[in-house]
Amino acid sequence: MSDNRSFKPVIVGFLCNWCSYRAADLAGTSRVGYPATLRDIRIMCTGRLDPTFVLRALQRGADGVLIMGCHPGQCHYQEGNYKAIRRVALLKRMLKQFGIDERRVQLHWASAAQGVLFTETVSKMTQELQALGPLDWPHNWPNEDPYVYTLPKTKQEAAHEQQT
Amino acid sequence: MDDRRVGVYVCHCGHNIAGTVDVEQVAEWAQRLPYVAVARHFQFMCASTGQELIEEDVRELGLTHVVVASCSPLMHEKTFRNACQRAGLNPFLFAMANIREHASWVHPNDRDGATAKAKALISAAVSRVLRQNELEPIRVNIHPATLIVGGGIAGIQAALEIADAGHHVYLVEREPSIGGHMAMFDKTFPTLDCAACILTPKMFDVGTHPNVTLLTYSEVENVEGFVGNFQIRVRQKARRVIEDLCTGCGTCWEKCPIKVIDEVFEAGLGYRKAIYRPFPQSVPKYPVIDVENCTYFRTGKCRMCEKSCPAGAIDFDMEDRIIEFEVGNIILATGYKLFDCRRIPQYGYGRLPNVYTSLEFERLTNAAGPTGGKVTLRDGETEPKSVAIIHCVGSRDRNYNRYCSAICCMSSLKFAHLVKEKTGAEVYNFYIDMRPIAKEYEEFYHRILEEGTHFIRGRVAEITDAAHTAEEEGKTIVVAEDTLLGRQRRIPVDMVILAAGLEPQADAAEIGRMFGVGCGTAGFFTERHPKLDPVATMTEGVYIAGACQGPKDIPDTVAQGAAAAARVLGVISQREVTLEPIRASIDESRCSGCRICNALCPYNAIEYLEAEGVSRVNAAMCKGCGTCVAACPSHVITGAHFTFEQVMAEIDGIMVDVYSESPTAPLAEIMA
Ligand SMILES: Cc1cc2nc3c(=O)[nH]c(=O)nc-3n(C[C@H](O)[C@H](O)[C@H](O)COP(=O)(O)OP(=O)(O)OC[C@H]3O[C@@H](n4cnc5c(N)ncnc54)[C@H](O)[C@@H]3O)c2cc1C
Ligand code: SF4
Ligand code: SF4
Ligand code: FES
Repeated sequence: MSDNRSFKPVIVGFLCNWCSYRAADLAGTSRVGYPATLRDIRIMCTGRLDPTFVLRALQRGADGVLIMGCHPGQCHYQEGNYKAIRRVALLKRMLKQFGIDERRVQLHWASAAQGVLFTETVSKMTQELQALGPLDWPHNWPNEDPYVYTLPKTKQEAAHEQQT
Repeated sequence: MDDRRVGVYVCHCGHNIAGTVDVEQVAEWAQRLPYVAVARHFQFMCASTGQELIEEDVRELGLTHVVVASCSPLMHEKTFRNACQRAGLNPFLFAMANIREHASWVHPNDRDGATAKAKALISAAVSRVLRQNELEPIRVNIHPATLIVGGGIAGIQAALEIADAGHHVYLVEREPSIGGHMAMFDKTFPTLDCAACILTPKMFDVGTHPNVTLLTYSEVENVEGFVGNFQIRVRQKARRVIEDLCTGCGTCWEKCPIKVIDEVFEAGLGYRKAIYRPFPQSVPKYPVIDVENCTYFRTGKCRMCEKSCPAGAIDFDMEDRIIEFEVGNIILATGYKLFDCRRIPQYGYGRLPNVYTSLEFERLTNAAGPTGGKVTLRDGETEPKSVAIIHCVGSRDRNYNRYCSAICCMSSLKFAHLVKEKTGAEVYNFYIDMRPIAKEYEEFYHRILEEGTHFIRGRVAEITDAAHTAEEEGKTIVVAEDTLLGRQRRIPVDMVILAAGLEPQADAAEIGRMFGVGCGTAGFFTERHPKLDPVATMTEGVYIAGACQGPKDIPDTVAQGAAAAARVLGVISQREVTLEPIRASIDESRCSGCRICNALCPYNAIEYLEAEGVSRVNAAMCKGCGTCVAACPSHVITGAHFTFEQVMAEIDGIMVDVYSESPTAPLAEIMA
């Protein structure tokens, strides 16, 4: 953690389709820059956020996870973001017990018109993660990890396996 | 590995992407991802040549999945899905990586970072697309009726276009009459034709059209459903006048003893009664009782109107009516509100008697207005000998609104002409820039110049009654810097008109939320695309027209009203629309019947089957938010196109080591 600024954290983002993804698009069309630390995934609503997604991202090596949705009261599906508030709060409580700093998993809001707020959120989180240093979670797991979720095989894969 | 074959296409978007992201290197790298049969980079993927490239590869290389890395999926996902479909591939076997809005445009000085991010997003898309399934779009019939909210000139125009084409329209207006702001004007620029002469025939047509249900004094309370099938609930406020009996004779308001300042139609300059209709040509012609000011409702006595009405049409006990109906499409035409000039205290509006707003002046100069069209000072008698007109009040000003209100230059020129014509007064127009930009507007400006109006370039600093000289005594003094002469000027005048800017309606955000339409930074409704799709919105089946989309004059408003109507007619003539098949479904064989999902669904789309002891999603009601999918403790709810496997694969893909030369090794294991 000696040279924080050169450390480029990887943040996995979960952006809802209706507000925050559009805020990110607006940041693009208005050419407002921010650090290239975020790798974002679009979900229809923050209500779709399965806490497992967050764990998976950390487990695969993300230094932080940023979840962004519509402002409370403005969810395209009425109240998905309220569900997200509760789920993320519970998840954070659990992560704390694993020794993971709170700031590594953040939930924020941005409306489709708040491109600048979106970029500020990413920049701020990047700085916080730089101060915290790498998480390097994969290395904390035992080599043969019983908890790693293996994806069920797709139909094609199953068919292919049967053939060979 | 099985026989899945992915094609990856990296778009240059001219310089937009290629100027920052090393597209060549990205394509070469993507070629090494597992299952990728071909990875190319190309100038413009959305051009016909780009789309043909995909189609050819699907046919000739037997691609089973396609990934395009270019702009936002909100921009071109449809374009590329269609290309897949033309090549015989199910459009849902396609995924998009947004490397323009989310990479090149936001990391312009970080070529390495942007390139690395592009790789990660592409790897995520490949990983995800491998798990995507064929889906069939859902087809629904389109209800042929249309809801139009707002009965200004925009809503009127749209209503007539659709009704004339033979389809039903529900026009909802919250005031007692349709007409909007235009009904308040005397003359309209640039031709100076009489506003009433061109507007009232249209209002009459709307009021009598067999295909129009006119709901005035009404507001939409609730909207449910989606394109083709919206359920609407409207509250019609109690008029307390029975429309079927009323003849609009006017005896009631003649007899009513209560005079009220009319803040809406007369802009506070004139009076109306407690039972009133806003103006003589109101459509519909029936009055309403304003219960807040009516003596009977305040003291329990009076009933003058009831006693005098020859038709027996007064009904004090009338209650609000709830009206429910279905429509296939919606047009919002809710217009604007005027900037509140009191917010600029140094301009003295509300304090100095002879400072007027533009709307007040419209009423003052209107032949049907409170002074019968005579331009006088507040005393109601004196004709002004000098008038100052201040442009850009509340517009182009970082303290209030940054944007240009588009119509104030022209309405100020119109006022200059009307003042000169009616009073012969000296007129001083204070402007920042002159912006008469549409057809025949520049010519109108020259006409006003020739009429001898003085134009002073500079923003007004202050309007005051504190005289410095004997000449200024008793006058209203306009203080401004004349930027052409480079010095301060003080011009004493009798009357000042503030050309106030146009602002979004106070409830625009709330209305927008109800209909699923966003508001931009300035607060006006956001169109789907600022250039290419100006009247559609991000919500299918909901359109916007007129000043609710941004400040504009009547010609542009009418054009948008007609354009929105054309879009709606286009949808109606298709008879059915296709919806994204993004829905939840429950594997009932594995459902434990815990019922956790039942209460979570915001649309009550999940029912519990008592007999079977399991839950089931009603696909017609589900909107695909995915809340239930994330909540099911048994993991048996699938959210089509956002399944657990798909999102997990996307996460795995996005966490690829972008700096490794051979992403294949660890990824193959993940992706397989
Ligand atoms: C002082 C002044 C002078 C002008 N002079 C000219 C001119 O000479 N020539 C010209 O071309 N343009 C002129 N304009 C511009 C002109 O007023 C607009 O272009 C035009 O009125 C826009 O029409 P609209 O239908 O979009 O909005 P509006 O006229 O504002 O109509 C909107 C209607 O929707 C209703 N409404 C709003 N919200 C709701 C709701 N939630 N539910 C139900 N109903 C609702 C309102 O009551 C209103 O009737 C002038 C503007 C000003 C301020
Ligand atoms: S939450 Fe899952 S298991 Fe429980 S009722 Fe719903 S579908 Fe069945
Ligand atoms: S996806 Fe959303 S709308 Fe559909 S059933 Fe589940 S909770 Fe209801
Ligand atoms: S749609 Fe944005 S949080 Fe629900």
